Amino acid sequence: MNKTFERIKVATMTELPKNLGKTVLIGSQEIALFHLDSGEIRAIENRCPHKGGVLAQGMVSGDYIFRPMHDWKISVLDGKVQAPDTGCVRTFKVEIENNEVYVLL
Amino acid sequence: MAVGIKPNIQLAAESGIPVNRGIIVNDYLETGIQNVYAVGECAEHREMVYGLVAPLYEQGKVLAERISGMEGNPYQGSVLSTQLKVSGVEVFSAGKIIEDSETKTIKVFDDWKGTYKKVLIQEGRIAGAVLFGDTSEGRKLLGLINKDADVSEYTERAESEQSAIGLAASMPNEEIVCGCNGVTKGAIVGAIEAQGLTSFEQVKGCTNASRSCGGCKALVTDLLEVTLGDEFSAANQQEAICSCTTLSRDEVVKEIREKELTHTREVMNVLGWKTDNGCSKCKPALKYYLGMIHPATYEDERESRFVNERLHANIQKDGTYSVVPRMYGGVTNAADLRKIADVADKYNVPLIKVTGGQRIDLLGVEKEDLPSMWADLDMPSGYAYGKTLRTVKTCVGENFCRFGTQDSIGMGIAMEKKFERLNTPHKVKMAVSACPRNCAESAIKDIGVVGVEGAWEIYIGGNGGTHLRAADLLCKVKTSDEVLEITGAYIQYYRENAAYLERTSVWVERVGLDHIKSTLADKQNRTRLNQRLDKALSVLTDPWKETINSETIQKELYQTVRVPAASKY
Repeated sequence: MNKTFERIKVATMTELPKNLGKTVLIGSQEIALFHLDSGEIRAIENRCPHKGGVLAQGMVSGDYIFRPMHDWKISVLDGKVQAPDTGCVRTFKVEIENNEVYVLL
Repeated sequence: MAVGIKPNIQLAAESGIPVNRGIIVNDYLETGIQNVYAVGECAEHREMVYGLVAPLYEQGKVLAERISGMEGNPYQGSVLSTQLKVSGVEVFSAGKIIEDSETKTIKVFDDWKGTYKKVLIQEGRIAGAVLFGDTSEGRKLLGLINKDADVSEYTERAESEQSAIGLAASMPNEEIVCGCNGVTKGAIVGAIEAQGLTSFEQVKGCTNASRSCGGCKALVTDLLEVTLGDEFSAANQQEAICSCTTLSRDEVVKEIREKELTHTREVMNVLGWKTDNGCSKCKPALKYYLGMIHPATYEDERESRFVNERLHANIQKDGTYSVVPRMYGGVTNAADLRKIADVADKYNVPLIKVTGGQRIDLLGVEKEDLPSMWADLDMPSGYAYGKTLRTVKTCVGENFCRFGTQDSIGMGIAMEKKFERLNTPHKVKMAVSACPRNCAESAIKDIGVVGVEGAWEIYIGGNGGTHLRAADLLCKVKTSDEVLEITGAYIQYYRENAAYLERTSVWVERVGLDHIKSTLADKQNRTRLNQRLDKALSVLTDPWKETINSETIQKELYQTVRVPAASKY
C-alpha cells in the first residue's frame, strides 16, 4: 500500500536551538521536534505512551529524550521506549531543504 | 468523609457490557461480551472491586495466559494487603483483620517501643495480620497468608530468622518485593544472576524495583547481598552518581576542582563517561556542581535543566504550567492581590490556590502565555519549581500577635531577600516563628527559626515531606544579623558538601549534627563560607524578567509552532 505524505514546513533551522525540543501543532496533531547534538532534526508525537504527558520539554541526550513527567528514556530515532520501561511513540519523517524543516505527515 | 476511587464504567455500560459497581468479569477476566476483557480498578470480580496495584498484576497474569491460549489457573480473587505510613507510623494489614468467634489471635503490644502486632488464625492457618509501628514482618506474613500456611510455619520461622538477610533469603521467589512496579524476588535474583549485576542502582535500572517510592531499597540491597554472597561489596553500593560513570559525587566534585573543568560535556569527556551525552541524572547534577564550584564563570547550560527549571514554571500533568509570584515572607498587599486577580481573569486561569508555603499559585497556564503573564504580574519569580530556596513561611509575630516575642515577618523577609534564587542541591524551605507555638512550622523546615524572649533559636534538617523529620537545634543567637550569618554559613556548607538531590534532612543525618555544629562554631569557617555564598548570590538575576526582556528566549523556549493542517509546500 502506498501512502501519500503531506509535506509541511514547520520551521527554519536557526529557530531550533540544539539539544532542545519544540512543540509543533499541525492542525490538531501535536509533534515534538528535536534538534539533536548530531545536527539532525527528529520528530515524534508529543504524547508519551505512559500517561499522555508532553515530550517536547524532555531533556535531550544524544539520540534520546528523558520525558519530563516520569523520566522514561525514549529514542527519538525510532520512538522506542528504553528498558526497563516499554512502549513506543509515533515518529514522523523530517526533511531539510535550504535550511527549512519539513515534517511528512 | 469519603475515601477511595470509583470505577469509570460509562464506556462499558454504553457498549452493552454488563456492569455493576465495576465491569463484571469471570475467573478468566472475561466480560459478558466475547473477546472483551477487563482488569484492574475498573473490573469487578466475585463482587469485589480492587483499588490496589497487586490484584491488577495477578489479574494481568491470568488474562495473559488466557489470551495467549495457555492453560492456566483461574483468578480466584486477591488477598488484600497494604503497607503505608500514617502520621509517620508504619502500618501494615493483610487478609482478614477483624476477629470473630472462629478466629484465634497472636497479639504483641509493646507500649515502650510503640509497636502492635496481631496475627489472625482461622482453623489453624494464618488468615490475616495487622502490624503497627514495625512492619518488617509484613512481607513474610503476606506470603504465609497467600499460601494459607499452617500457624506452625509462622511460629517456628519467627524463632529461627531474626536478621534482615535471613528474611530476604527465606522469601519465596514469587513474592512481590516492589509493590509499586510489581517486581518479584525471582525477577530480581534472576536479573542479578543473568546479567551479573553488582549494585543496587543496576538492579533498579534493570528490573524497575525500587524505582517509584523507594520503600523496598533495603530489601533489594539485602537480596543483592544474599545472591552475590562473598562477591557483594558494600562499597559498591554508594558509588556512581548515575550509570554513565563509576565515579561517586565526591570524586566528581574533586576532579572538577582539581582539573578546573568548566562544562558538563568536558566533565564527561575528561572523566571517561560511558555515554557520549550523559543522562537525566548526571546532566543536572554536573550542572549543579559546576555552578557551585565556579559561581561567577560557569555558563548555564539550559539543556541540562529539568523542564521546570528551564521554563521557570511547574509543569502539570496535562502539560500546562503553574505560576507562583514571589511574596516575601508570605506578606502581600491589596495592590498585588488586585494585580494577581486581574492576571487570573485575563488569562482565564482555571485554579487559584494558596500553597503550603504561603504563596498564591495560578494553575493551568499555557506555556505560551507564561512570558506575557509574568510581564503583566511584574513580580519576581517565586521559584516554586526549583532546587533553590522555595519560601520563608512566617507567622504574624510581635507586631500583632499577643504571644509574639520577635518580628518574625521582618526576619523572614530579610532571609528570603538574602537567599532567594540561590542554587542548592535540592529545594530548601525555611520558616520563622515568633514563639515556640511555631505557627510557621519551623520544626519541619530545612532551616527553621523560632523567636523566644530576647533570642532566636536556629533549627536545621527538618522535613515535612517524604522523609518526615523534626529539625535539630543548631544554636541560639541574640540578633537577626547573627541569624543571617549562621544560616548563611550553614546553607553554603550544605551547598558545598551535599550530593545533588540530597535534602538537608538526609544530609544532616549522613554527616552528623555534631560535625555541622563544630564546623559552624568556628568564626573563621563561617566568614569564609559566607564570602563564597555572597559571591554565588551576587550573580543571580530574576529569570522571569530575563525572559520578558529577551525575544530569543521567548521564541526558543515558549512559542509553539502552529501550522494549519491543510497547508502544503
